[in-house]
Amino acid sequence: MTAVIETAELTKVYGGQTAVDHLTFEVRQGEIFGFLGPNGAGKTTTILMLLGLTEPTSGSARTLGFDPMRQPLKVKEQVGCMPENVGFYDDLTAHENLMYVARLNSVPDSQAKTRIDAALKKVKLAGEANKRVGAYSRGMRQRLAIAEVLIKNPKLIILDEPTLGLDPEGINSMLELIKVLSREEGISVLLCSHLLHQTQQVCDRVGILNEGKLVAKGTIKELAGEGIRAKEGKLSLEDIYMRYFQEE
Amino acid sequence: MFTIFRKEIADHFNSTRFLILFCLVLCVALLTTYMVSMNLRSQLSGGAKAEYIFLMLFTTSGEFFSLTQFIAFFGPLIGVIMGFDAINRERNTGTLSKLLSQPVYRDAIVNAKFLAGLATISIMFVSLVLLLSGLGMVAIGVVPSGEEVARLIVYMLISVIYVGFWLGMAILFSVIFRSVGTAALASVALWIFVSFFIGFGYRFIADVIVPPDQDNPEVMVKNARIREGISRVSPVNLYSDATSTILDPYRRTTKSFVLLGPMDAIFMSRFQNALPLTQSLLVVAPYLITILAMTVVCFGISYLIFMKQEIRSI
Repeated sequence: MTAVIETAELTKVYGGQTAVDHLTFEVRQGEIFGFLGPNGAGKTTTILMLLGLTEPTSGSARTLGFDPMRQPLKVKEQVGCMPENVGFYDDLTAHENLMYVARLNSVPDSQAKTRIDAALKKVKLAGEANKRVGAYSRGMRQRLAIAEVLIKNPKLIILDEPTLGLDPEGINSMLELIKVLSREEGISVLLCSHLLHQTQQVCDRVGILNEGKLVAKGTIKELAGEGIRAKEGKLSLEDIYMRYFQEE
Repeated sequence: MFTIFRKEIADHFNSTRFLILFCLVLCVALLTTYMVSMNLRSQLSGGAKAEYIFLMLFTTSGEFFSLTQFIAFFGPLIGVIMGFDAINRERNTGTLSKLLSQPVYRDAIVNAKFLAGLATISIMFVSLVLLLSGLGMVAIGVVPSGEEVARLIVYMLISVIYVGFWLGMAILFSVIFRSVGTAALASVALWIFVSFFIGFGYRFIADVIVPPDQDNPEVMVKNARIREGISRVSPVNLYSDATSTILDPYRRTTKSFVLLGPMDAIFMSRFQNALPLTQSLLVVAPYLITILAMTVVCFGISYLIFMKQEIRSI
């Protein structure tokens, strides 16, 4: 299986503070990779480096085979990124917001329309397409963000805390959506989160990041096997996770 | 880049902010033109038709100020209002990080925003000057000559560059300051400082540096030079000096801010014959180049800062 993301000894230092410390991991074609860690562990910084928005201090990254620092546009053409706290132009409708993104991706207008309709349908917002985004609820905005990511027909999507601030129902439908995208459309997903329980439901493999270092990597089963006795025989990512952080 | 440009222009024209601004400028302009044309008619009726009467529409004052003075003072506000939240609003709403994760170069965003602002200002100015010219033609019954038209075009060009300077300044502040309010306040503060403090205070500063001595012409010349030097720091002065020469070909000095009535304007301290346009341009060129340089430097700095800024914490 080919890797869509590959990093080697990726390091980022911000004014003496190491945000990402010799990070080496890979995301394989078609899988959902859960990128876990507490707040401030360096997840967002890693994403920025993968997209070429921040220059690594040392080490290298390859996204879809491109060097994000050298060919940022090639990367951004094929990678859909949903940042934490996505913003929209509140005075435009959902359709107009997506149209803008489509144009930025140089999708011809005639094609853009069908793509937008399809994307909105996928995230169940087709009925609200002509509503101003300012009137959207938090859950709707998150789903719209997914639609926006889909506009460019990405090979890889990077989601930074996609379930943040959603109600339980919203979380479930979001996770369901991510699963569907990955399984049915073959899109690889890098899912960043600190909400372990949710990640456990959808991720094929996970990497646990703490203070910029990757402390564990593998499937949940593998991680559980690494000398960690899960409580009452039940494999919970939460247990694995807690074990790693209690050791310190 | 064109996509961002298109969206920014649409945003400008759709915004209430622009509408209010345009209405305000339009009201003042209409009022001034009306008063000036009434003034011109009553004072110049009966005499032989002087040259360049049409341009007086823009240079002579009505009750309070002339149109060029109005633009010199309040043009900056137009630029500031269009630019002060260009970058930081997008940063605050989280749309900036979204924009950056699309396949566009980072500089395209600032460039497009600056150009869109400039285009909006140009459209605003051209429509304003055309409207006022039309009104003026009807009101004073004089059709502008070819040279007058050429001078008006140069005037519009200078005005756009001038307001462009303030736009660049406002965008610079919007890149530096995260908060929209701070950026707005900083731009307005700079505007007040430059137009009022330097505009009126340069004499005092010069007098402090070289105290004037009525009996010693050498000292007086030195004093005058320093005054001029300081006043040229201010784009407001640069602009009003430049435009007054362009719009008033008889003017012997570039100094403006002297409220001249239309009769005084014709007979006092003036050249016998009008300066040809090319000569006026020559006189104005250094001013123009300085404003242009200021605009470019201002925009250049914001461009640089924006390119180097860490995307983190957006």
